[in-house]
Amino acid sequence: MNITLDADKCCAAGQCVLIAPEVFDQRDEDGIVVLLDAAPPADQHDAVREAAAICPAAVIKVDE
Amino acid sequence: MTPSPASPATAAAPALPVQPPQGCPFDPPAEFARLRTEAPLSKISLPDGTEAWLATRYADIRAILGDTRFSSDTTRPGYPLSGMTGGATTEHRGFIRMDPPEHTRLRRMVTREFMVKRVEAMRPEIQRLTDELCDAMEKRAGQDVDLIEALALPVPSLVISLLLGVPYDDHELFQRLTGTLLSRTVTDAERESARAELRAYLHQLVSAKEAAPGDDILGRLIAEQQVPGEITHDDVVAFAALLLIAGHETTANMIGLSALTLMRDRETADRLRAEPALIRGAVEELLRFHSIIRNGPRRAATEDIEIGGQLIRAGEGVVVAVPSANRDPEVFADPDALDVCRPNAQHHVAFGYGIHQCLGQALARVELQVVIGTLLRRFPEMRPAVPVDEIPFRSDMAIYGCHTLPVTW
Ligand code: SF4
Repeated sequence: MNITLDADKCCAAGQCVLIAPEVFDQRDEDGIVVLLDAAPPADQHDAVREAAAICPAAVIKVDE
Repeated sequence: MTPSPASPATAAAPALPVQPPQGCPFDPPAEFARLRTEAPLSKISLPDGTEAWLATRYADIRAILGDTRFSSDTTRPGYPLSGMTGGATTEHRGFIRMDPPEHTRLRRMVTREFMVKRVEAMRPEIQRLTDELCDAMEKRAGQDVDLIEALALPVPSLVISLLLGVPYDDHELFQRLTGTLLSRTVTDAERESARAELRAYLHQLVSAKEAAPGDDILGRLIAEQQVPGEITHDDVVAFAALLLIAGHETTANMIGLSALTLMRDRETADRLRAEPALIRGAVEELLRFHSIIRNGPRRAATEDIEIGGQLIRAGEGVVVAVPSANRDPEVFADPDALDVCRPNAQHHVAFGYGIHQCLGQALARVELQVVIGTLLRRFPEMRPAVPVDEIPFRSDMAIYGCHTLPVTW
């Protein structure tokens, strides 16, 4: 799995951080998403897919 | 209004379905189920006689809210303002009623204030406030207590006042003014005067903070944005009004409806008491189930756009039915059932969708988790003090809920 972000579009409501806190975080200055792990281990994949599906601004792209 | 090719204006379109006077008070208007299958995008007429599209299907609603060609700018021609309440339309209208790039610029000035980590850090404080309010309630055992007044409104009110740096002594004034602003039944004159009164208060508050900015959202906006000239005094006032109103009644009504639901569903309540870890998921399901935003969000098309096979023309307005999307059986199995273990409950659009999705959602989640968990733990015997058909539901308001909720235990 490889994750890329289009962080310019992020609206910082933080759903990804709630769903996959080991993969996503928010920047302290403005709450914009930060990628902690672009190729997370398999046990994170479901959470990452869920975060991508829920992200309101279509920021998270997942290549499997 | 220009007739659409797919639905010629032969007869006047029906009005926006609102909460039915009978039937389960927790269910959205039954009309939505018919519209989702027969006419997922249909024309409705608004109180001023103009028409707008009503979207009822989950997929269409996500497509509309996720597409910035549907404008949130309330000053645009075709924007379906009529029948929508709460807030100014032109001057200092707040970033929720703007499009990018202005929306992005202003929203980002406050996004960090509502970050998951920051909100989580407030959990102990929110728990402390909730415990204090519950202590006060406990002293009134044996009497009927209005849960809205005793707990549901004070929690979000105290929290947002704290965040903004508003003296809590003024909270009654706020609750009265926001209630008037969001009402669907008050006259325009009453709403205008409430708006003016709130604005006058906030002007005063912001001026006081300009002299001595404190460690709160308004203080930081003044020091970091207003002083360097990014925004004006009036912009800070608009931020204050927006955050205050958005944070108040939404959470309060979700607390009231959630408490009532769990008082009536003892099996679910017992289960959540036995397994508090389920409360997080239960809050998502309660948000989906209740969908308290009853007649919006709304948008104006800036181009001709096809949604679900229907052409929406530039300059036409769209009303999105959140309660309908959240009960769409294409997405949520057995959608009218409350299932606190529903695997995809968090796909709900109760906080909206797209770039305008609720900024305060992490805060709302923590408030709901804390208050519901605490109520279940501390008041296992709580029940409504009146029959459910005597509870005054807010069928007349933009945000659904109960006006009062008398309880006993
Ligand atoms: S869910 Fe999407 S929009 Fe929200 S913080 Fe994460 S990346 Fe940004």
